[in-house]
Amino acid sequence: MCLAIPGKLVSISAADGGLPFGKIDFDGISKQACLAYVPEAKIGDYVIVHAGFAISVLDEQEARQTFQYLEELDQAIASEPK
Amino acid sequence: MKEPGLTCPVPHEPGGTVTLAHGSGGRLMHRLIRDIFLAAFPDPALREAHDGAILDPSQDRLAFTTDSFVIRPIFFPGGDIGSLAVHGTANDLAMCGAQPLYLSCGCILEEGLSLEALATVARSMAAAAAEIGLRIVTGDTKVVERGKGDGIYLNTAGVGRVIAAQPIRPDRVRPGDVVIVSGDVGAHGAAVLSVREGLKFETELKSDACHLWPQVRELLESEADVRCLRDLTRGGLATALNEIAQTAGLCVRADESSIPVRPAVAGACEMFGLDPLYMACEGRFAAFVPPHDCERALAALQDAGAAPVVIGEVLPEPRGEVRLTTRIGVERALDMLSGEQLPRIC
Amino acid sequence: MKYLDEYRDRRAAERYARILQTLAKNPWTVMEICGGQTHAIVRFGLDQLIPKTISLVHGPGCPVCVTPLELIDRAIAIARKPEVIFCSFGDMLRVPGSQSSLQEARAQGADVRVVYSPLDAVELARQTPQRQVVFFAVGFETTAPMSAMAASLARRSGLKNFSLLVAHVLVPPAMEAILSSPDNKVQGFLAAGHVCTISGCAEYAPLAAKYRVPIVVTGFEPLDILQGLAMLVRQLERGQCEVQNQYARSVRAGGNAAAQALLHEVYEPCLRQWRGIGPIPASGLRLREAFADLDAEQRFEVAQIAAAEPKDCLAGEVLRGLRKPHECPAFGALCTPEHPLGAPMVSSEGACAAYHRYHRGGEKVSA
Repeated sequence: MCLAIPGKLVSISAADGGLPFGKIDFDGISKQACLAYVPEAKIGDYVIVHAGFAISVLDEQEARQTFQYLEELDQAIASEPK
Repeated sequence: MKEPGLTCPVPHEPGGTVTLAHGSGGRLMHRLIRDIFLAAFPDPALREAHDGAILDPSQDRLAFTTDSFVIRPIFFPGGDIGSLAVHGTANDLAMCGAQPLYLSCGCILEEGLSLEALATVARSMAAAAAEIGLRIVTGDTKVVERGKGDGIYLNTAGVGRVIAAQPIRPDRVRPGDVVIVSGDVGAHGAAVLSVREGLKFETELKSDACHLWPQVRELLESEADVRCLRDLTRGGLATALNEIAQTAGLCVRADESSIPVRPAVAGACEMFGLDPLYMACEGRFAAFVPPHDCERALAALQDAGAAPVVIGEVLPEPRGEVRLTTRIGVERALDMLSGEQLPRIC
Repeated sequence: MKYLDEYRDRRAAERYARILQTLAKNPWTVMEICGGQTHAIVRFGLDQLIPKTISLVHGPGCPVCVTPLELIDRAIAIARKPEVIFCSFGDMLRVPGSQSSLQEARAQGADVRVVYSPLDAVELARQTPQRQVVFFAVGFETTAPMSAMAASLARRSGLKNFSLLVAHVLVPPAMEAILSSPDNKVQGFLAAGHVCTISGCAEYAPLAAKYRVPIVVTGFEPLDILQGLAMLVRQLERGQCEVQNQYARSVRAGGNAAAQALLHEVYEPCLRQWRGIGPIPASGLRLREAFADLDAEQRFEVAQIAAAEPKDCLAGEVLRGLRKPHECPAFGALCTPEHPLGAPMVSSEGACAAYHRYHRGGEKVSA
């Protein structure tokens, strides 16, 4: 469930209805998404977009931990007694 | 717009539309043909105004194909239903190793279609045909009631002269043959998606629709042993590979990392949960050649301006199946689509 | 694509696969409860990289699959009304009701339109004041804030021709239903990363403690799933039952406060029938009293709905992880994507469809 993909926030505007919208760039295509749920998002941030809404601002530091964990696990296994 | 007092709308005024009277065979239909189709299609054969076109008798083998086009929307980035029809039918002939020569154009028009739109489509067909010296030599026009059509339906039948020395058919494919794709896939499908109601997004993407004959001619002249060609249209690369695998009774194994997909096409697919391997192309084909002819085939296609890539190989088994080595190195089935791909949020 | 392609790296995937082989010293049964994860697993072939001792089963993670039959029939009946424009996510179009589907209804003349965002349906209502626009609000906690915003916007704009047919479902109650079932075999969960992006991780700690199962909130790319499994197996091997967050680049412990706020303003929990499973208390969402006038169920009269499943469909067992799709006698025979008996064969991320599409003769499927 819940197809949501990361894209770069390139501009912000207020649409009628008072909802904030942003133009999100996905590698050569762009689409407007509602930013109501990510008030902290700034231009240049990556956001996760689902059904026309940004649902989180991607934490770039946390994004690396998948690879750091891989190294940690490999080391932990290597140092385990056989 | 109808002027008060006139009983019969003057064709090809801005804002003029197709009416049922245009399909009745009378003066109005002849005016439509003259003002729109003959104005756009220059061929002398059409001026003869016969029921059919008499073409140059010849000793050559002929290729003959037909196709109907019902797409919505009629106009999309990079083309329209008319250019699509001409490219599509000419490409079917090219896939047989035949130089496209003659085209027929059968139109079913819906009452209410704008004449300006129809004229644009006709001019678009003429321009696409002129790109490779293809002659539109005969045609037909019918009109259906409002609501019984979809703007315009086109049927184009094409005749070509086979110049390939060997037959080009799935049953000539052999285990060990290499699979080459002529360029990146899915651009047409993604371009059409970008103008579909409910899914609009901004993109520079245009349809990849174009003539394949110049690339095929270069390939044939290189004297590579071309076993089979298949253009990638509806259902995309995956469908074409499945069709060949099933008809040939062999296995096609493709390597996902090798299959070229433009970033914008990948982005559009990720957004809507679609798979680029099933997205329509309109100017791409797969070629099956023996491994010793691979370099020669790639060079020929590059000379013709394509960006060919080797994406897989033919294996004896499992028969009739397509296997995909995924991006992470695992092999799985690449099945036929059942029904159309629908955008999803799950 | 940035932040996507890196998580599909082949060498890293192979390393994680080797690590899993080493970590998993005992057989374990774990469940993922997200159709997006099901899809990724079969699309990339991850199930072939996982050690055979780990049985990865697919839970009711596809809200399309679990939408009750009665609601699908009602949706079709409403769509057939001439004044209605029925808007839906593409996922729902081919799901079979008792007799028909939204796609079939469209072929027969119903005005059914695919939308990408619920706000598109509100915009459509604005543009076509003479028609009644109905939005089919399907999905988990991830999607409910979007339909909530649509309801809120329609209310603030004073739109009289917009309504929602609500079918939202909640994940934690379904997990509890599975864990509390006497024939439960599941020993650990991969929780759905985008659901948790909205709702946070707080609801999982009580479940982990009560049923003594580890739960790892996981993303959707191959490396996410492999890492999530590694974290889960490590806990299982150590006898731990904690909640961990693999998908921290998107999920914060508290979730998304703004989305939760609007969700609670518009919706309240209710009993929901899960297709193939049965009723689960407080597992669905319905419009609160203040928004009841936007409820399509109340706005449109439909003839008595008599929902009936084909008896050969074992979707329920598949959705509870008791049976793998290829173990169903109807799989690939009576039930195929072309003529599906049940929802998991239709939805592109339903377990049965995924298996049918990606597993054709040849590879072993992990038992």
